[in-house]
Amino acid sequence: MWRVGYQPVTVHNPKDSNALGISVVYQDLALCDNLDVVQNMYLGRELRKARLLDEDAMEARAKETLSGLSVRTLKSVRTQVASLSGGQRQTVAIARAVLWNSRLVILDEPTAALGVAQTEQVLLLVRRLADRGLAVILISHNLTDVFQVADEIGVLYLGQMVAQFDAKSVTNNQVVELITGGRSGDLGLKRPQNTASAPTTGTDAGMQS
Amino acid sequence: MSTVTEPQSAEPQSGFSTTPGAQSLRDAARAYGQKVRGGDVGALPAVAGLIALVIVFAALRPATFTTAFNVANLINQSAAVIVIAMGLVFVLLLGEIDLSAGFAGGTAAAVMGIFMTNRGLAWPLALALCLLTGVVIGTCIGLLVSYLGIPSFVVTLAAFLGLQGLLLVLIGEGGTIAYRNETVLAIMNNNLPVWLGWTIYVVGLGLYALLTFRRSVSRRKAGLTGDVLSVWAFKTVAMVVILGLATYYLSLERSKNPDVTSLKGVPIVVVVLLGLLIVLTFALTRSSWGRHVYAVGGNAEAARRAGINVAGVRLAGFVICSTLAAIAGVLLASRDNSVSPTTGGSSTLLYAVGAAVIGGTSLFGGKGRIVDAIIGGLVVAVIDNGMSLLNQSSGRVYMVTGLVLLIAASVDALSRRRAAATGRA
Repeated sequence: MWRVGYQPVTVHNPKDSNALGISVVYQDLALCDNLDVVQNMYLGRELRKARLLDEDAMEARAKETLSGLSVRTLKSVRTQVASLSGGQRQTVAIARAVLWNSRLVILDEPTAALGVAQTEQVLLLVRRLADRGLAVILISHNLTDVFQVADEIGVLYLGQMVAQFDAKSVTNNQVVELITGGRSGDLGLKRPQNTASAPTTGTDAGMQS
Repeated sequence: MSTVTEPQSAEPQSGFSTTPGAQSLRDAARAYGQKVRGGDVGALPAVAGLIALVIVFAALRPATFTTAFNVANLINQSAAVIVIAMGLVFVLLLGEIDLSAGFAGGTAAAVMGIFMTNRGLAWPLALALCLLTGVVIGTCIGLLVSYLGIPSFVVTLAAFLGLQGLLLVLIGEGGTIAYRNETVLAIMNNNLPVWLGWTIYVVGLGLYALLTFRRSVSRRKAGLTGDVLSVWAFKTVAMVVILGLATYYLSLERSKNPDVTSLKGVPIVVVVLLGLLIVLTFALTRSSWGRHVYAVGGNAEAARRAGINVAGVRLAGFVICSTLAAIAGVLLASRDNSVSPTTGGSSTLLYAVGAAVIGGTSLFGGKGRIVDAIIGGLVVAVIDNGMSLLNQSSGRVYMVTGLVLLIAASVDALSRRRAAATGRA
């Protein structure tokens, strides 16, 4: 049971969460290589006119969205996704998430498989989403990325939220300690436990469980 | 610590340079050339192979192969295989296979025969029951594959054996069920009047020209790339010439004794094939369901996460395949005037799978078109027909057909490799 705004809602499948304005960008991107950019962005939510696909409207709106995100690296929105680079794919996956006036975008390790330049591009894009007023949850273990874009950081330790704070109020080392030990000074757990972790960083918490 | 700054870009934000190509005939040709070199060969090898085969057989047997009689005969020979192959395109697009389609057709045709001939039911009702048989068979296979998760190869292999047995049981050992209804027999044995063939040609092409023209205009108006006038004109003229020649050829008198019986006009089954081609292509390319078929074949997990009912799409694919097989069964029965225990058996299904793959539909899923079935089906039929005119034994025909299928599958695999290398996949 979750609450979005003040309404209790139940989420059974990806379709339900999409309908609530929650979009997820998966680590493996979940794009169909045999379809083009427009087709992927509208997958499962195709625009229709008289029960048929409205390709022109989809293409125009996809272009608009990508331009709105200042994406200039794509040659054509009718390129097959298979022929795109990793960064371009990530861009398409993120653009798909914002196409739907989502309220919350969850990004799972968006820079994990990218090179330096591409990582930079994707982080810019993530920051632009937040600046447009979307709630963004960025899941990452790369602290450079985290400090570059996050407003607020939450750390998970052994599946449990151990600390949540303003990104400006902590140092890199403190976060590392929290990730590896669950505590750092007055932050985090009171008694240290075992190792292993998966950190979470959030910008603008827009949703409570 | 939001220290990200926008890079200072000197160029004005232009959005996108629009889709490359299609600004002129030369651009369109160049774009197509790039596509093929990039590994996206489509139906090109099949069309080239078809032309080569026709030239070879026409050179070796000029007196028989290219006669109007043989050409019409060839279309009739290939019709059932083409229709089954059309159904298989759906299943292959999903990355599955249906080995039972041949006997599904035979069984459905037997059901139709039993109700029409033995029970005296009107043919439209019997046809409805025949199609229903196809739907039921497809539903059973689809449920087992998509909800129980059994590999389609195994399920349809079992269905192949089971339906072969069911067909025998329905017909009885050694017997046949005769088709006597004139209307049903006409599908494979009669031709359209010459004037009607030309009327369909003119109206069909007129609609094609009008619709494609309107589409290109509305796309350009919306600021998207549409075919420019020269490209549109080239495509339309090509269609007019090719289909015009075919219609003209089929309108020739092809009876050996024109005084006794006149034999001319487009075979009725051509209308069935074109109708299916248009309807199924429309469903696959213009409906969101069709888009989901490609998505499931391309990446089933991505499709699921996009909120697509993957199991439902798979189920529908198998239902369509078996239903088209039922139609093919009627065509086979109409051609033979009866249903026998081998209707839809022997090499029918394997020829159909071969036809779809030769036409350019990928065995790996996610890539293929309905028209592939027609092109591939014609290739298979031309080999079969041409080699028997050369008095080759059926053993050799099988071997050559097998070789051609192997070549087609190799082209598929090689083009995939090339596509992966050039990033088109």
